[in-house]
Amino acid sequence: MSDINTIIKPENIIYKKTDVLTDNVMHYCPGCSHGTVHKLIAEVIEEMGIQETTIGIAPVGCSVLAYNYLEIDWQEAAHGRAPALATAVKRLMPEKYVFSYQGDGDLAAIGTAETIHACNRGENIVMVFINNGIYGMTGGQMAPTTLPGMPASTCPAGRDVSHDGAPIKISELLAQLPGTCYVTRQSVHTAANVRKTKKALRKAFENQAANKGTSLVEVVSTCSSGWKMTPTKANEWMEENMFPYYPLGDMKNE
Amino acid sequence: MRELKLMKGNEAIAEAAIRAGVDGYFGYPITPQSEVMETLMAEKPWETTGMVVLQAESEIASINMVYGGAGCGKRVMTSSSSPGVSLMQEGLTYLAGAELPCVVVNVVRGGPGLGTIQPAQSDYFQSVKGGGHGDYKLITLAPASVQEMADFVETAFDLAFKYRNPVMILSDGVIGQMMEKVELKEFKPRWTSEYIEENHPWATTGKKKDRGRNIITSVQLESSVQEAFNHKLQNKYQQVEASEVLFEEVLCEDAEYLIIAYGSSARICQKSVELAREKGIKVGMLRPITLYPFPVEQLQKYAKQVKGMLSVEMSAGQMVEDVKLAVNGAVPVEHFGRFGGAVHSPGEVVEALEQKLIGG
Repeated sequence: MSDINTIIKPENIIYKKTDVLTDNVMHYCPGCSHGTVHKLIAEVIEEMGIQETTIGIAPVGCSVLAYNYLEIDWQEAAHGRAPALATAVKRLMPEKYVFSYQGDGDLAAIGTAETIHACNRGENIVMVFINNGIYGMTGGQMAPTTLPGMPASTCPAGRDVSHDGAPIKISELLAQLPGTCYVTRQSVHTAANVRKTKKALRKAFENQAANKGTSLVEVVSTCSSGWKMTPTKANEWMEENMFPYYPLGDMKNE
Repeated sequence: MRELKLMKGNEAIAEAAIRAGVDGYFGYPITPQSEVMETLMAEKPWETTGMVVLQAESEIASINMVYGGAGCGKRVMTSSSSPGVSLMQEGLTYLAGAELPCVVVNVVRGGPGLGTIQPAQSDYFQSVKGGGHGDYKLITLAPASVQEMADFVETAFDLAFKYRNPVMILSDGVIGQMMEKVELKEFKPRWTSEYIEENHPWATTGKKKDRGRNIITSVQLESSVQEAFNHKLQNKYQQVEASEVLFEEVLCEDAEYLIIAYGSSARICQKSVELAREKGIKVGMLRPITLYPFPVEQLQKYAKQVKGMLSVEMSAGQMVEDVKLAVNGAVPVEHFGRFGGAVHSPGEVVEALEQKLIGG
């Protein structure tokens, strides 16, 4: 039997957690997509060598404490206002990289005005948009992106479009604005999709380096707790129900 | 050489901001203060000092842009008028909660609601008592001339960074719109990034290897931590109250009656004091220059000297409550003022003084 210490050598390392990710234990529920997306952003920051020059803007929602997990400078915004903060940070320090990290309630409900106008001005920032169709932090209420018929604590019989309106496809809307240069929708529920999302994030940050305007990366995500499903079941449900309404792929890539 | 210029109060704010080396202005048009952003846009300071000027989509966006800029250790500001400042209250409580320095100018108009575009002083409570949710204070400066509009920009930024707290310049439609001679200060360079990193080590300037993460936030989920943070804020406010009170005294030495007035009302009351003295009534005026911190000690001193105090404000009676708290029943305290966009005349003030305090 070989000694474990003969195996743990730098030359044998094939995967290592990026140093941009802190060692803090994440507060996210099992099966949550946030942790994966955090890791991907951290890896992109490390690979681009921009840890010392990146400022993150955290939202209100489950990822309000995102700043505990990435080893960079952060500002935590009021609910929905992250794009306004990001606008000022980037304009006052154009040499830095700035990204906002927002959920569906933050980006597509309370912060709709800030989102649309930051994109319309073509602010040279990255916006990461986690769309899981529900309010996770406050306990499973209806989101602007909750699917028709999908139950939530404030629409227990399922979203009634005649009463609540249809779920908003905000990324499609933002892709219409001349200020956005890249709008894409991805997921992180399979290894292949994780790789695609990482590529999209990398492109978004490279767009910022090239001063191309606003890049928006939507990640259609699961919320096992809010959806009241096991993580495996949530992934299946997302494929069957979320993807038809929120199809994956680039909406804009200029 | 002295540089003198005839300017509107709103224009003076803009010119002073450029000259003070302010890094950013974010605003949304509203009467009667739109000249602030109009002047900045005409001056194009981004071509000279590098100052960023941006018209936001709302006052909510403006104040949150201010939050973002302040978090970077930059000197950033906004201006608005009453309805717009109401929209900013969310941002202001977050700024106070994250201990961020910034300057907000309110050129007050009559309310409530959309109200009127005419001048008023009815946002006193909103400014000095907090305005948004939670236990916090805004340091509040009340200019009474176009010169003070210009001078207080720098004073406000100095206080904001000294205490890491938002500072409100509480003006009104009279001071914002009227034209007066202003002596302008010389141009000062904006802070360099090295200066900011050295003097504001809390700012989000990008995490260097030799320090931990800088996090600008106002969330403390643990109540004991939030309580401790609130104690820290309260200690800060006590320091502000002990060190930063500013006021002006007009003919107070022999006064038997005291008028308390700030901003444009103080300008009117200066004439009222003259008129009253012509009638043989010995009246003085105390003009609070800082509304928070309030000149409590000075009022207590005069409570032992005068027979009565009259708080004269263009509101239904807001500052009068702080005057009453300060003197705590030692002398009669009355309120007079026109409001809802109306402005009292010097004669009306003298009449009110005679009726309410002297018993004419």
